Amino acid sequence: MAAPYALDDDGVVVIIGSGAGGGTLGNELAQKGIDVVILEAGKRIEYEDFINDEWDSFSQLAWLDNRTTSGDWRVSKDFPNLPAWIVKAVGGTTTHWAGASLRFQEHEFKAKTTYGDIEGANLLDWPITLADLEPYYAKAEDKMGVTRTNGIPGLPGNNNFKVFEAGAKALGYKEVHTGRMAINSEYRDDRNACQQTGFCFQGCKWGAKWSTLYTEIPKGEETGKLEVRPECMVLMIEHDDAGKVTGVVYADKDGNQQRQKARAVCVAGNSIESPRILLNSASNMFPDGLANSSGQVGRNYMRHTTGSVYAVFDKPVHFYRGTIMAGIMQDEARNDPSRGFVGGYELETLSLGLPFMAAFLDPGGWGRSFTSALDSYDHLAGLWIVGEDMPQEKNRITLHKELKDAHGLPVPDVYFDDHPNDTAMRNHAFKQGAAMYEAVGAIRTFPTPPYPSTHNLGTNRMSEKASDGVVNKWGQTHDIANLFVSDGSQFTTGATENPTLTIVSLAIRQADYIAEQLGSGTI
Amino acid sequence: MVTIYKGGEGISRRHLFRKVGEAGALAALVVSGGAVISPGHAWGLETKALKPGTMATLIQMARDVYPHDHVPDKFYAIAMKGYDDPEKAAMVEAGIADLDARAGAEGYRGLGWEDDRVAILRDIEDTPFFQAVRGGMVTGLYNQKDLWPLFGYEGESYSKGGYIDRGFNDIEWL
Repeated sequence: MAAPYALDDDGVVVIIGSGAGGGTLGNELAQKGIDVVILEAGKRIEYEDFINDEWDSFSQLAWLDNRTTSGDWRVSKDFPNLPAWIVKAVGGTTTHWAGASLRFQEHEFKAKTTYGDIEGANLLDWPITLADLEPYYAKAEDKMGVTRTNGIPGLPGNNNFKVFEAGAKALGYKEVHTGRMAINSEYRDDRNACQQTGFCFQGCKWGAKWSTLYTEIPKGEETGKLEVRPECMVLMIEHDDAGKVTGVVYADKDGNQQRQKARAVCVAGNSIESPRILLNSASNMFPDGLANSSGQVGRNYMRHTTGSVYAVFDKPVHFYRGTIMAGIMQDEARNDPSRGFVGGYELETLSLGLPFMAAFLDPGGWGRSFTSALDSYDHLAGLWIVGEDMPQEKNRITLHKELKDAHGLPVPDVYFDDHPNDTAMRNHAFKQGAAMYEAVGAIRTFPTPPYPSTHNLGTNRMSEKASDGVVNKWGQTHDIANLFVSDGSQFTTGATENPTLTIVSLAIRQADYIAEQLGSGTI
Repeated sequence: MVTIYKGGEGISRRHLFRKVGEAGALAALVVSGGAVISPGHAWGLETKALKPGTMATLIQMARDVYPHDHVPDKFYAIAMKGYDDPEKAAMVEAGIADLDARAGAEGYRGLGWEDDRVAILRDIEDTPFFQAVRGGMVTGLYNQKDLWPLFGYEGESYSKGGYIDRGFNDIEWL
């Protein structure tokens, strides 16, 4: 068969979502000759149409369907209906992401073994090791054109990086550079080099930053084996009496419900929507939701320990110019419990435009303490903290008891409490970030609270045993052989590193497995 | 209908900014007829749903919430003009009347020191009125493109080819 596919074609693999996981998996399967339909809730917005304006772009790309929050995290107070800053569009959050592409460290696949029993943490070792993933990391780095791999030069450092680098070196940090970024430092893969435009979060109008929107998806479509249907919101996954999934029900762009049959279904809707779909697909046979015999669907929600440090200098920086995540300091990424916490963190440069600085510097803040920081906007430097947070069973996605979406389905609630380990790590990182800037003359520093989550992880976690998690080491659900999870929700633990490279690597690996299973008739 | 218009001789924005930069301080707002007038800067805001005095106090309150001495009143007025709406007027009139009552005989605008006005705002900062005004200003004030140059923010850059040849790495003081 060839795309487009009929609704009653039960030979297709249906992928829900077109981001780092779904978009990559779709292309990989199509390249192997497998028939694929990707259902994407958002519109298809090509990169020429991205907007260099923070709020206009936010309206264009962000996932703004109603969600609620609970728990003690500050996001719940500051942004009660915006737990996550992720994207509803073809390409998913790969349109918005900053581009940092880091491999996990070996010990991070063995979190429980390495960190031991941490009270309140639901730690588990991954059922795979770094060695298992290394060949796929290599493929992903080549596919994405990651700088400092495959002979690709690093990006040039912008002003924000220069301040960051000088501060880090003044403190004696050694692992400081312009990052491993899936942003072209030179023309590659028929895509432009970075023009230091800024607005990485608003979608790269040059196509220099890797996004499935203009790499994986068109490449898959060229095979004739991949059909992407935008503005198709999956409502539930259906199954037969034998407990195999048979297809999905979705609402098309006109709000009409359609039923797409499928030989296998892969869920890649990010860590809030993916468990929500499984929970909303509850049936007589699976009363707690699909693939939920462990009770772990929606649990162990992780978001990385984050925060920012901004600093005012007496001379201009113009930190908004150029690559947003323009450099990294990795000396603190190691696991060294003598610092008062397990796991590690990285510091990565970050800048926001004036409108988003006003919104995120100190949400709810007002008066001269707040405004005098903005008065020095062009004298600011900034960084973002990204560190490993502890999985906790209570941190979870649940279905709201009363609120329903446009299709009559319960909206998701995102509950999150910081673990004491998260708080200790954040405070350490705040202190080190401020010290870096003070070492090069900062006049004032601002410990800025976490933004709505961009790294949403862990809510359908991977486990050796079916009783501990939702999917096996291939992302295949323990309970249903032809149902897969293909996004960051399968992460057993969060690790220190930005997650996209690992999501892409897992998707490439999963494609091999699915092809093998289809080929042998196992599914 | 609410209109923002340039009166008098018609001062250009560039002139306005330069003038503000030179003068540093701003002349007080004047309430005249159905409008709030900024005599030093040649603009006025005509109100329909709100009393003009209420609008003048609201603009003062807006500046006290997010004070930027180099930002002319015009930007605060633009951020507040949406409250000149029949559906919001009752809430705003009540909120401003409360501020005036707390301020004493001369009213909120009669308090000469920002600290005294801010002390009143701290007392009401949990009220829906205060939170509506403050919350609305996050975009209502800071998302005005004409305001960005006053903070050194250059905005859109794609059409100019990004910053690769325009100073992305021009820092010299390190």
